[in-house]
Amino acid sequence: MKILRGNVVPLFFIVLCGLGAHYSGLAWPFLVNEIVTRIARNSFLVISLIVPVLAGMGLNFGIVLGAMAAQFAFIAVVNFQWTGSAGILLASALSVPFSVAFGWLAGLLFNRAKGKEMITGIILGFFANGIYQMVCLTLVGWLIPVRLTSLLLPDKSGVGPGVGLINTIDLRSMQYGIDNLWKIRLTMPDIQELCGSFGWNVTIPPNIPISVPVGTLILIALLCRGIHFLFRTKLGQDFRAVGQDRHIAGIAGIDVNRVRVTAVVISTVLAGLGQIVFLQNMGNLQTYGSHVQVGTFAVASLLIGGATVTRATVGQALLGTLLFHTLFVVSPQAGKNLMGNVQVGEYFRVFVSYGVIGVALALHAWRRRGETEE
Amino acid sequence: MPKNETMKEAMEERTVAENRLVQILRDFGMTRSIIVVFLVYLLAQAYFLDLPMGQLFSSMLVRFGMNGILALAMVPTIHAGMGPNFALPLGVVCGLVGGTAAMEMGLRGWPSFLFALFFGALLGGVMGWLYALLLNRIKGQEMTVGTYCGFSIVSLMCIFWTLAPYTNTEMIWAYGGTGLRNTISLAGWFEKILDNLWAFEIYGVRVPTGTLLCFALFCAGMKLFLRSRTGIAVTAAGSNPRLARAAGIKIDRCRTIASIVSNALAAAGMLVYAQSFGFLQLYQAPLFMAFFAVASVLIGGASMSRITLANVLIGNLLFQSVLVVSMPVANLVFSDNMSEILRIVISNGIILYALTRKEAVA
Repeated sequence: MKILRGNVVPLFFIVLCGLGAHYSGLAWPFLVNEIVTRIARNSFLVISLIVPVLAGMGLNFGIVLGAMAAQFAFIAVVNFQWTGSAGILLASALSVPFSVAFGWLAGLLFNRAKGKEMITGIILGFFANGIYQMVCLTLVGWLIPVRLTSLLLPDKSGVGPGVGLINTIDLRSMQYGIDNLWKIRLTMPDIQELCGSFGWNVTIPPNIPISVPVGTLILIALLCRGIHFLFRTKLGQDFRAVGQDRHIAGIAGIDVNRVRVTAVVISTVLAGLGQIVFLQNMGNLQTYGSHVQVGTFAVASLLIGGATVTRATVGQALLGTLLFHTLFVVSPQAGKNLMGNVQVGEYFRVFVSYGVIGVALALHAWRRRGETEE
Repeated sequence: MPKNETMKEAMEERTVAENRLVQILRDFGMTRSIIVVFLVYLLAQAYFLDLPMGQLFSSMLVRFGMNGILALAMVPTIHAGMGPNFALPLGVVCGLVGGTAAMEMGLRGWPSFLFALFFGALLGGVMGWLYALLLNRIKGQEMTVGTYCGFSIVSLMCIFWTLAPYTNTEMIWAYGGTGLRNTISLAGWFEKILDNLWAFEIYGVRVPTGTLLCFALFCAGMKLFLRSRTGIAVTAAGSNPRLARAAGIKIDRCRTIASIVSNALAAAGMLVYAQSFGFLQLYQAPLFMAFFAVASVLIGGASMSRITLANVLIGNLLFQSVLVVSMPVANLVFSDNMSEILRIVISNGIILYALTRKEAVA
């Protein structure tokens, strides 16, 4: 009973995903394929949220900044015309200084708004998006030189390259640069035949093999180990101490502000690398769109996994990613089959991602108030 | 010696005067000063680019009137100590429901607008009451939770717009889609019904008297509300909850009232906005409305815990004017999207600034 109550959020979403998968009518090999791809693509970003949570800064909506850093890096790499795994390596390397700088600035900002980190992070995301658009639309091609002119929007006469980046940047030369390092195709047992041997007659759509990007999954596993390891170090203990009580940590001689900035920097750098993993799988970069929802989706995933504003584990991040993206895959079809409209499923999914954040934040505030009043 | 003393006195007087000047400048606020300088720069640019100044000033007035009530909706919640109402979309969608309901009933002109206004405000009030039930349990986290409540209701209402059984052919997709259209034209219903009321032209500037009067009316109403017994209780509950409780004021009740008033205002504000704009914008359109309203009162000098009607008026005027003037200027000087980007940067920048100020109480 206690386990049930402690995990009510993930359990609820497991049921919801089950129902959605049932009503979507999607073939299960297709579903599994889609989900494996999406876990590999997104869990890095979700895991990047864990450090600030444990440092008592809540959910870092500011990881959007990391995503922007990664996109700057990718744009630079495309501009230098590097391709393949070398290109991805260069992009990762280039994203780090950007992420460190952005994370450092965000950390300083959060230190000036203690106790309001989350709303500050949300607004910071919007603000940074504005600055990002300003840089990409007006500075690139003007103050920032671009070698590859096909990256630029045409100028007003429509002849030569103008100022500003195009909407979609093709990353096909680097697509699957990490995924394909080691990819295996699993052929699932043919259920139709299996059932037939028992005398049951079921029709199941043709069996497609499930491709598993083992390379990416190993990378994610390494990250999980790394996070575990981090919390055993002195720095990790400082994070926890600051997370539990800023005041006491300060008295104990921990430089609280410094530790908090470090937490945000680590989170932003990981988010930057996470966005690189994401984009190498997608194969194209929506210059003005790929990063916008990164914060919301990652936070929603983490919360669906059962994390709270003050507690999050790697396991919750992975489970949450699985559930959130299952919902992502099944809801349009389920919406169509249940309501006769694909859009309804789509809206429902957006509602869930916003709603789960709202509910989780409300529950957190509710509980904390109970603690302080008792 | 006396000469020396008078000099000293004069010096002192001067420093007092200087201090006062510094104080006035400080009260006016750095952000406001920057925005004023920026606005003057934009106006000069517009003048030298030969833009039609009369039209610019006309649209400044219109936008001032049409956005005013949405900004005014921030007053009650800040007074009650709940910070600006980031859950503004809760009220806004109620306004949209009111507008579509009036059209569905086939009302045109004044009856349509007034019905929409009252029905929308009523729904907004109910919504505000429901929201207050939540708010009273999450004290201190109103802003974060409010933001996501607003986002959630917008996406939930997307489902409503798609599935609700509206039949008015001017509102639903003619073919190839179900549900209401993205933007519903109000032409022939209540488009510009306030803008055109007693409107007149002076030096090439068209004054939308009705809209401005309507805004003034709401401001006066707010002033009366704040002066009333209830209003004073709300302010007391916000500025010092402990003292207020000791004085026998029910804090939760005050917060509920503030939330109801704020969301009813949001609904009414949305309809005044829509009649000026000429369209009802459904689906994702209300998503970011709260941030622009919050930003405009903050530009006016409000903080997360303190606001006056003057803040609303000045802030709304400055913010909307910058937006109006920056649009043609930015489009001529920079790229087409520049004014939209400016809007995002200015509004979110100002909110960030307010969040990091020391006196801001969460």
